[in-house]
Amino acid sequence: MNTFLNGEQGAFKPDGLTPMQKITLRFVVTALVYYGFAVIEGMIMRIYEIHPFPPITTNQFFAILTAHPLVGIFGSTYSLVFGAFLFLMPFITKKPLWSVKLANWTFILVAVGTFIFWGAGFVSHYAPLYTLYWPLPADFSQFNPVGGAFFILGIALVMLGTVFFLINIFSTLLYTPQGWEKQNKAAILASAIGYGGFKNLFRKNKKEHLVPLPIAAIVRGSVDMAFNTGIILFTGVLILVYMVCAIFGTDLSRTAIDALLYKNWFWWGLDLIADGLVLIFVAGTWYLLATLITGKELFMQNIARAALFVEMVVSWTVWSHHLMSDQAQPGILKVVSGEMVTAFELITQGLAFYITLATIWSARPLKMTNPLKFLLGGLTGFALAVPAGIMQADLGLNRILHNTQWVVGPHVHVAVLVGLTMTLYSAVYLLFPIVTNGAKIYSQKLVNIHFWCHITGGIGMGAFMGMAGLNGMLRRSLYVNGEFNIYMILAAFSGSLLLIAFLAFFFNLVMSLGLKGVIEIFTSPKNKTQDLIPS
Amino acid sequence: MVDSGIVLKGQTIAYTFYCIVIILLMIWFSLKLTSSGKNVLTKPGIFYTFVGFLTVLGVSLHLITFNTIPWAPLDLNRAKIKPDKVFTIVIENHQFKLPSEKLMIDCNDKVLFDVKSNDLTYGFGLFRQDNSMVTQMQVVPGHRNDLLWQFDKPGIYTIRSTEYSGPKGVFMIVKDAVVVKCDDNVKQ
Repeated sequence: MNTFLNGEQGAFKPDGLTPMQKITLRFVVTALVYYGFAVIEGMIMRIYEIHPFPPITTNQFFAILTAHPLVGIFGSTYSLVFGAFLFLMPFITKKPLWSVKLANWTFILVAVGTFIFWGAGFVSHYAPLYTLYWPLPADFSQFNPVGGAFFILGIALVMLGTVFFLINIFSTLLYTPQGWEKQNKAAILASAIGYGGFKNLFRKNKKEHLVPLPIAAIVRGSVDMAFNTGIILFTGVLILVYMVCAIFGTDLSRTAIDALLYKNWFWWGLDLIADGLVLIFVAGTWYLLATLITGKELFMQNIARAALFVEMVVSWTVWSHHLMSDQAQPGILKVVSGEMVTAFELITQGLAFYITLATIWSARPLKMTNPLKFLLGGLTGFALAVPAGIMQADLGLNRILHNTQWVVGPHVHVAVLVGLTMTLYSAVYLLFPIVTNGAKIYSQKLVNIHFWCHITGGIGMGAFMGMAGLNGMLRRSLYVNGEFNIYMILAAFSGSLLLIAFLAFFFNLVMSLGLKGVIEIFTSPKNKTQDLIPS
Repeated sequence: MVDSGIVLKGQTIAYTFYCIVIILLMIWFSLKLTSSGKNVLTKPGIFYTFVGFLTVLGVSLHLITFNTIPWAPLDLNRAKIKPDKVFTIVIENHQFKLPSEKLMIDCNDKVLFDVKSNDLTYGFGLFRQDNSMVTQMQVVPGHRNDLLWQFDKPGIYTIRSTEYSGPKGVFMIVKDAVVVKCDDNVKQ
């Protein structure tokens, strides 16, 4: 009981936390709570796919399916990424964060916005799914426009929080702190987006980089995030206009928007998350973790930087692989953007994979620490998921894979759950003693349960969903006659391992910090220092 | 024409093999990481060979499938190919409106499915009796959605929407709507 209240050995002292440490921990705890939402929703849907059960109705099922990826991505992943990067920017650059207040607003807006759109879906059953193919989100014969308006409001708040995050990242990169020599903003920005590394490939005398590589990855990913935020905000406003008009009794014509053009627009923006910032942020996090874990310089650093720059071209021109089954989409876009540019991701992500492994390998023998084992799990996840994506981005194969469980199983869930999430857990385990001023992990056994249940559950679920997809099971659908039950039962079993992994991790975290400590994280900091960690 | 079921089997074998190799490789890497040894991975030659391998793999995958999966070139060149039969289908209010109760097809005919949506974005997919997919396309309102397909085996296929169009879309199924006959024998 004492450990539950005060944490392992009472080592966590929340009174000594700096404002930045508190913000980071708030993001982490909130991210885990929303991850819990996503896992529980996922399990409800897994069971419902096997056998529909009351009180969940079909409409409720699709409302959960709509909220599930958004709660997972915005509520959990965005929170973890924002918390980690807002801490790492000043940690690596040795500059104070540009605005702690803005960081706090980012936290509030993402947490509140996620709860609003989740609640809107839960109450009103607004369920256009995240694809939002026009005019489905404005189809008021199936959905209540009031519920939809709250849903969009929630998303808009998350996007506003994202804008604040981006302002903080770019401002921290470019501003000159008091007492520092005036910084050359253009040169820093060029270095940060990987342009310096790209030019270095062709120089005999390599120039020194102004920005550390992990910072370059954060900034480079933030460029895509900025575009993506703009697209989602604009799309939200567009849908909101239709909804507000419907609420006041005016039905806007459905033909005002071209459905295919909208689809291209939407996927161009949305792919900047999936193919842009996820891959880039992940690559940057791998580089950071590899160098921090090993204490070695990154292998092939110039290539890694140049790849970040090239990935900018790739992530901006890759969207058409989502429209390969759209017959009105021009064939040239399907081949060049859909197939060829997408195949380039195999190269950029493969480079990041190899560079990280080679850096780790160069430091042998290493102790298998918690950050290292989760990093290896994350690398495995992407090694499995990226080729699955390349396969479905093929003109021939897409015809029989598009919108099947294959897409969401071996590609999306393995990439997000195993690749991305395990990479982020690696960062959490690495930063844990730094942001908590040396708090002790309660149980190494629980860490091991977290690791093994998560990796086997994530890969297993992806595999069984993939098998169902190859046998014809569609995503975003229901099979009430149990046509694919064998795969769905096995996927649900794997999903339950993910739930066990989450519970083990969450319990371990609470026992490490103590309930009082977790509550204290959300109170105003007593330590008013501008330092990142107590001096 | 090669059946899509054969392509799916090939893909299952290839991807399963790849996954087993990668997982074993990562296990081996993790085990070796805790002991000292030669540092071969950081040799530039190996790195550049790996990059070259990825490049060849990425490009060759599409070249191989384009030359072995017959519906890929058929689809890209469909505007120049005269179909043996055309079925015009309309979708409205989550309902398929077929030109006849059963769409009858003769073996080896090139058939064009011309599907129009009058409201939402839907999908058009053909499924075998065991629920596996034969082919599909998206059906976008305001645009032409045409799928050219050649059937070289007898069979009875179900039409199902392959795109989410709200909860009502789940029930967009027309069972046994497409019948392919070869020499007057219909097999399932």
